[in-house]
Amino acid sequence: MEKLGRYETDRVGYVMVLPYIIFFLIFVGYPLIFSFILVFHKWNIISPMKFAGLYNFNFLLHDPLFWKSLRNTLIFLIIHIPLQIIVALVIANILNQKIIARGFFRASFFLPVVISGVVITILWQQFYSFETGLFNTILSRINIAKIPWLINTKFAMPSIAIMATWKNVGLYIVLFLAGLQAIPFSIYEAADVDGATARQKFFYITIPMLNPTMIMVLILSTLGGFSLFIEPYVMTGGGPINSTLSCVLYIYKQAFYFNHMGYAATLAFAVAFIIMIVVIIQRKLFETEVYA
Amino acid sequence: MKRIIFYILLSIATLIFIYPFIWMTTASLRPEREISYLFPLSRNFSFGNYITVFKRIPIVRAFLNSLIVSSSITISVLILSSMIGYALSRLKFKGRELIFMVILFTMMIPFQITLIPLYVLMVKLGWTDTYQALIVPGMISAFGILLFRQYFKAFPKSIIDAARMDGCSDFGILYRIIWPNSIPALVTVGIITFMNTWNNVLWPLVVIRKTSFMTMPQMVALFTVGGQAEAQVGVQLASAMMLAIPIVIIYMIFQRHFIASMAHTGLKG
Repeated sequence: MEKLGRYETDRVGYVMVLPYIIFFLIFVGYPLIFSFILVFHKWNIISPMKFAGLYNFNFLLHDPLFWKSLRNTLIFLIIHIPLQIIVALVIANILNQKIIARGFFRASFFLPVVISGVVITILWQQFYSFETGLFNTILSRINIAKIPWLINTKFAMPSIAIMATWKNVGLYIVLFLAGLQAIPFSIYEAADVDGATARQKFFYITIPMLNPTMIMVLILSTLGGFSLFIEPYVMTGGGPINSTLSCVLYIYKQAFYFNHMGYAATLAFAVAFIIMIVVIIQRKLFETEVYA
Repeated sequence: MKRIIFYILLSIATLIFIYPFIWMTTASLRPEREISYLFPLSRNFSFGNYITVFKRIPIVRAFLNSLIVSSSITISVLILSSMIGYALSRLKFKGRELIFMVILFTMMIPFQITLIPLYVLMVKLGWTDTYQALIVPGMISAFGILLFRQYFKAFPKSIIDAARMDGCSDFGILYRIIWPNSIPALVTVGIITFMNTWNNVLWPLVVIRKTSFMTMPQMVALFTVGGQAEAQVGVQLASAMMLAIPIVIIYMIFQRHFIASMAHTGLKG
């Protein structure tokens, strides 16, 4: 059987990875290099590119809308992340018990995850509508003042954050469920022997053991926040007074409304850089060793 | 008694996630003046809103475009990504680890960075307003390669060796022997790829301006934003329903696979 061992190179391997190499060069490598060139140029895509040195970076540092879009993303994340984690954790813990029709409940929470953001946004636009929206209709029926969900600069971004939580929480419930099921039951039994209460078990066993899942949820939500686009695009167009202008929406507007390709590429570079910094900081702050 | 209260609370929580869709379904069938009613039923149910959508936008064309684009990408990702995953897990050649590292690296690049230059590339290739622009940049998925690579690693070596003895080529081994035994991996990659492509709206908005090439989410979004819906909520909801229905049907059939796939991978694409 020794002769069958394939010690020499499998030449067919090169044939098989060739599509990837071509794909990588054209759709990843080239755009990466080109974007690095683009950030030093002014270009409206029609006339020739004009070298502009560090103009784009300088403009970016003094561009109030860039900072505004970052601030909006921050507001989104401050509401979205804790809400997401708490709701997902509570529901995952409930679904982890012995309950009837668990599959049905799980599938229901997951439904908004698979449906297009466009559908969710159109639906919630009706809910949030000031005069005829479902939420304000309910509020006024129980004699509470109507809330200007999407038309007030203070409420608009939080409203979008609540909707995004409703849409995505099903995914995080499922992730937490998987995390919960991976915790060895023996740890809980040992805690029972020591007379631990349910609350102690939750805070001293469940939460620390879920750390890897928690980090994943944290990072995925953060990436989601920095990728926010279609929700403000459909609901508010970035308004009122740019209070829901997200990073990607701003890049999109600079590129396709104003044809500032160079500046849009610079914005994208800055946003990507910030994402990486944020994710590194999150890992440093929250990642702990888990002993299982 | 405690159990009953528990189930009532759980059912209320579940309703928060399901009721909006039930409401949307019935609201899209109600006349405009009854839209904001909380109660779902009405005596005046009609398909009027749907007929209006069909009259104002070529939604059937958009549906076919979405179907063409999503199916092409899914088939291509399954064939190509599994091939690359196979090469990276079962074949030995120089540079294999380097390619693996490159793939890991590409997964960490935020899409924001390549969005603009990729659009410029499409302009240079003359691909704006074509199917190529929608399909080709999605034909290989790094996530798919990694998942297949991981899955194929566990495939029994003895079977592969036996096939080789019988003179089977590596392509034959992959598509005729490994594929039929890797249904879970194929389903996982297939579902996630199809769903992400079907729901993707940013890329079509970037490369497609002509109505005849628009995908469904793009057309529905522009219909709502662009004033063609004339601020009629019922008509907007009807168009949103048409966008949601195909994926909901697929979800109902493959519900378990959807959830398992996404729990397994943790990431959306």
